[in-house]
Amino acid sequence: MKIAAFVKQIPDQAAPQALDPDSFRLVRSGKMIIDDSDSYGVEVSLQLAEKLGAEVVVVSMAPGQETSGVRTALAMGAASAIVVSDDQLAGADALLTARVLAQAVSRTGADLVVAATESTDGYTGTVPAQVAALLGWPALTFAKELEVDGSTVRIKRQTEDGFDEVEAELPAVVSVTAGSVVPRYPSFKGIMGAKSKPVELLSLADLGVAAEVGERVLGVRDAEARAAGEVFEDDGTAEERIVAFLDEIKVL
Amino acid sequence: MLVVMSCIFARQPRRERFKVHQEFSEVQLQLAATVADFVSSEVLPNAGAWDEEHRFPIEQVRMMGEMGLFGIVFPEEYGGGAGDFTSFCLAVEELAKGDASIAITLSAGVGLGANPIYQFGGEEQRQRWLPQLCTGSALAAFGLTEPDAGSDAGATQSRAERTGSGWRISGSKAYITNSGTEMTKVITVTARTGQGISAFVIPAGAPGLTVEPAYRKLGWHASDTHGLTLDGVEVGEESLLGEEGRGFRQFLAILDDGRISVAALALGQAEACLRESLAYAKTRNAFGGPIGRFQAIAFKIADMETAIEAARALVYRAAGLKDHGAPFKKEAAVAKLFATEAAVAAAREAVQIFGGAGFIEESPVARYFRDSKILEIGEGTSEIQRMVIARSLGLPV
Repeated sequence: MKIAAFVKQIPDQAAPQALDPDSFRLVRSGKMIIDDSDSYGVEVSLQLAEKLGAEVVVVSMAPGQETSGVRTALAMGAASAIVVSDDQLAGADALLTARVLAQAVSRTGADLVVAATESTDGYTGTVPAQVAALLGWPALTFAKELEVDGSTVRIKRQTEDGFDEVEAELPAVVSVTAGSVVPRYPSFKGIMGAKSKPVELLSLADLGVAAEVGERVLGVRDAEARAAGEVFEDDGTAEERIVAFLDEIKVL
Repeated sequence: MLVVMSCIFARQPRRERFKVHQEFSEVQLQLAATVADFVSSEVLPNAGAWDEEHRFPIEQVRMMGEMGLFGIVFPEEYGGGAGDFTSFCLAVEELAKGDASIAITLSAGVGLGANPIYQFGGEEQRQRWLPQLCTGSALAAFGLTEPDAGSDAGATQSRAERTGSGWRISGSKAYITNSGTEMTKVITVTARTGQGISAFVIPAGAPGLTVEPAYRKLGWHASDTHGLTLDGVEVGEESLLGEEGRGFRQFLAILDDGRISVAALALGQAEACLRESLAYAKTRNAFGGPIGRFQAIAFKIADMETAIEAARALVYRAAGLKDHGAPFKKEAAVAKLFATEAAVAAAREAVQIFGGAGFIEESPVARYFRDSKILEIGEGTSEIQRMVIARSLGLPV
């Protein structure tokens, strides 16, 4: 069995970020790192693969044949990677990304795709479901736990007040929530070994996908600043006031 | 309450730092980035509490073991990563940006703990100890220093006498790093045999071996340090490490390696001081603006950066020489001397920049101030380094 784990490579969140003034999209230059939310998907995939004796192949779409984030996933234990890189993909929207990833998945021969719920830089949260639709596979989303039993995939789907149990037959696409597992740190041996793992670089032509973008960002505004909180001295009634406040915002 | 800690959790951009001065390999960069991640999530948020509670962070040390940090420099056949010494120094440096104690746990665990067994051990000793040391399921210590024999290690008074089946060792050791943790499985000690000094590998818990209560130290509170008492410890023939009577030469060679990794540790500490000072200088206001606009503050920080650049060049030059099999004794001494004195100066100035806030225990720079002094003492004092350097120039000191 093969598991395809999606890895988005994004600019380091700790470095200063900038938006391109024309396209209003994130400037993606210089070195990139694995999206933190994808490290959960990779960890879930690796744990499942270890249990099933399966293999994890990393699938990524990135500018400039970027592989540094993919190397991290390989150092964690993935067996190989496919990276789709093409100048025509600059400004790709979620649907084009999904078409690229779906095509790449069909080349891997994987019968399970594991993706993060959403990326940390773009946050559309639509790619996993779009990939599933394009592949004609069921989409099981927001999984906080995932298991495969024979040809059945079963998840616990995170909801606001608990979880739903959802199952489907393979092949399938699963999106996992951050915090579902603790991603391992790559070991030194893993880092050394990742050097010699196969990374296949593909272009749009290799995949037979046309660079059509339907989405345009019309403008960007700063988020409204958060209002200052209320500060009060505890005169012995703090507990009651906190309870009253929590009651008022209806979280109790 | 003085609140000065907000800056310590700020993550730094990961890769650019390494690009500036020297080309490191992709593997080295990725290792450094991985350790930096570990430091952001596991070390920086906890180091203050470990310090306050004098607690050895065994959970994080085990994680470092799983990451293979204790095995970086050893061959794969012993469970190591077959990496180079430069990689190891990068790991120590990154750890020291978060906490000196956890960095010395690695530096000493490898340089003083596992390395003598690898360098001088027979195949049987290597196979018995190295796999567990490399994977961090065990920790080793090196008992060289005695109450009356520090840099003057020739004055070692512990004695080992032959018995019918091996050796009986008696004496006492002082300031032994990693000697009393739950993970400590083996301690190498030096002792007088006949005319010379020999080294012996003693399993932790051997009858007659007493690990004294942990020292209360000025700094390095989260590093494990004990005195040891050996009262007729009986060990077999197989516990002799290397040749009888050659222990003195053996450990002198080991100390040269250790000096480079302590220099890397000092570099990381100086960088931590710079990080905190810079953040504070930008956010602390006085006389109508951030204090970083005053030359008195800005120049201190400029001097820190200058010393750090110089220290980095010296540390990785010495490590590179070692990796290329070239002589590095003098370069190790130069790097250790310069980097450790730079770290002490950086810590002193960082506290000065923080002012009263820097004198409060919960400020990270107060910890760096206490942690840094030992760097000028351990693994050869600054005076010893100057002696090594002067001798290398032909002076008869």
